[in-house]
Amino acid sequence: MAYSEKLIDHYSNPKNVGTLDKGKTNVGTGLVGAPECGDVMRLQIEVDEVSGMISDAKFKTFGCGSAIASSSLATEWLKGKSIDEALLIDNMDIVEELNLPPVKIHCSVLAEDAIKAAINDYRVKNGLPEMVSEKKAH
Amino acid sequence: MKLELPIYLDNNATTPMDPRVLEAMLPYFVEKFGNAASRNHSFGWVAEDAVDYAREQVAKLINADSKEIIFTSGATEANNLALKGVFEMYASKGNHIITCTTEHKAVLDACKHIEKQGGQVTYLDVQSDGLIDLAQLEAAITDKTILIAIMYGNNEIGVVQPIREISNIARKHGVLFFTDGTQAVGKIPVDVLADGIDLMSFSGHKMYGPKGVGVLYVRRKNPRVKVTSQMDGGGHERGMRSGTLNVPGIVGLGKACEICMHEMESEAQRLSAMRDRLENSLMELEEAYVNGNREHRLPHTTNISFKYVEGEGLMMGFNKNIALSSGSACTSASLEPSYVLKALGLGDDLAHSSLRFGLGRYTTDEQIDFTIEAIKSTVLKLREMSPLWEMHKEGIDLNSIEWAHH
Repeated sequence: MAYSEKLIDHYSNPKNVGTLDKGKTNVGTGLVGAPECGDVMRLQIEVDEVSGMISDAKFKTFGCGSAIASSSLATEWLKGKSIDEALLIDNMDIVEELNLPPVKIHCSVLAEDAIKAAINDYRVKNGLPEMVSEKKAH
Repeated sequence: MKLELPIYLDNNATTPMDPRVLEAMLPYFVEKFGNAASRNHSFGWVAEDAVDYAREQVAKLINADSKEIIFTSGATEANNLALKGVFEMYASKGNHIITCTTEHKAVLDACKHIEKQGGQVTYLDVQSDGLIDLAQLEAAITDKTILIAIMYGNNEIGVVQPIREISNIARKHGVLFFTDGTQAVGKIPVDVLADGIDLMSFSGHKMYGPKGVGVLYVRRKNPRVKVTSQMDGGGHERGMRSGTLNVPGIVGLGKACEICMHEMESEAQRLSAMRDRLENSLMELEEAYVNGNREHRLPHTTNISFKYVEGEGLMMGFNKNIALSSGSACTSASLEPSYVLKALGLGDDLAHSSLRFGLGRYTTDEQIDFTIEAIKSTVLKLREMSPLWEMHKEGIDLNSIEWAHH
């Protein structure tokens, strides 16, 4: 099972590892997965209140290399996007970009879930209604 | 000595073949190609002599008689033959088998098959150190019990079961005792007489011999044990295993046994010293746990969980340079982590975080040094990336969080 170079690069040199201040109202946090299942992703976005754009994104992930790479890629894609654009990120985009093997597709689904969860957290904090997501990992 | 990469530390999965074994095997492919069952010409005699010699080499290693050695295609076949063969042969005596939850899949799945055939199987739980509870074993015996099947050394955690105590219990109740010796034979002294073993399986490729050849030891005296053959044909191997003998494989297995016989003792000392050094260095990391009993175990194996990092993710950090196994689910297509680790009572999180180290004949101190450094630095790097580690450091009880279960 050889992984793609892009995947290995995201694993070896992950982008945007870290923690944003979840106390701030313009920071949304998504925590998805479970330790017993072998992967937990925490993805955070910081939204510029003036432009409405995602100005920063950070992650921390407990999981396999594909899970780490998927979340690293997700944070890269999120930066500079509006919330609406961010919602368009589909797990299959991640699968394609990283060339994930079939047994690792759930990692990309988890990353999409993490994006949605972070956006939801941001929405709720800012008095907007929660979105209902139809896609769930596993 | 220059360090060559990659480093192989997965010797419980398979061992490289010893070049001395290959040398012994080579003449039996092209020049001495005879069928050991050809009784009427010299080609057959040469092959038969080679098999007989190998049978002696194998028997000697485990203190058996050469007539008690049944060659098979490997340990999986030997396990199947022992379990199903005893179940069929002793059907008039009973239908109950006792085994334990940490056995190899070849044993557990053969037991499942037997259950479908109307057999009763008791799967003993193990204690948190991986050892079975002898009182529980004895209490499980009924008047229908025909066989106790408990492995010698465990493939994942290396724990060595109290074989002599188990065989004493079996003897006392007139029950046969079968042990899967795949990980133990050739690594630690195994003596079928002193250990009171009635049947034992093992394999060539776990002891620096070739793949595709294994053994079922079947006791001939006190008591005389028989198994119903599981493959019909020419009646080879005293009628217990038909099929033309794999002469080169058998010659190789014999040679492998002979080498182990001579080198096992010093090798075990060398490996356990290296294993302990590896283990002690890695245990300097916070939240690292050795899985299984540390006293009663194989000299070359250790299994360690590094909490808050995931096993496959961990391996990716060094798998270009170091070959290891993990108990993590992610290494297989299923999402279940190692059933052996779970049987010890480990939570799924710790089972997902485990690495298995299997040292071997060609493991060097330099390789161990490199491995210690690589694993330590990867664990530290991944913990910096782990939300669970951050929570742990903040004093958050991970059990208090409502996780979105898949």
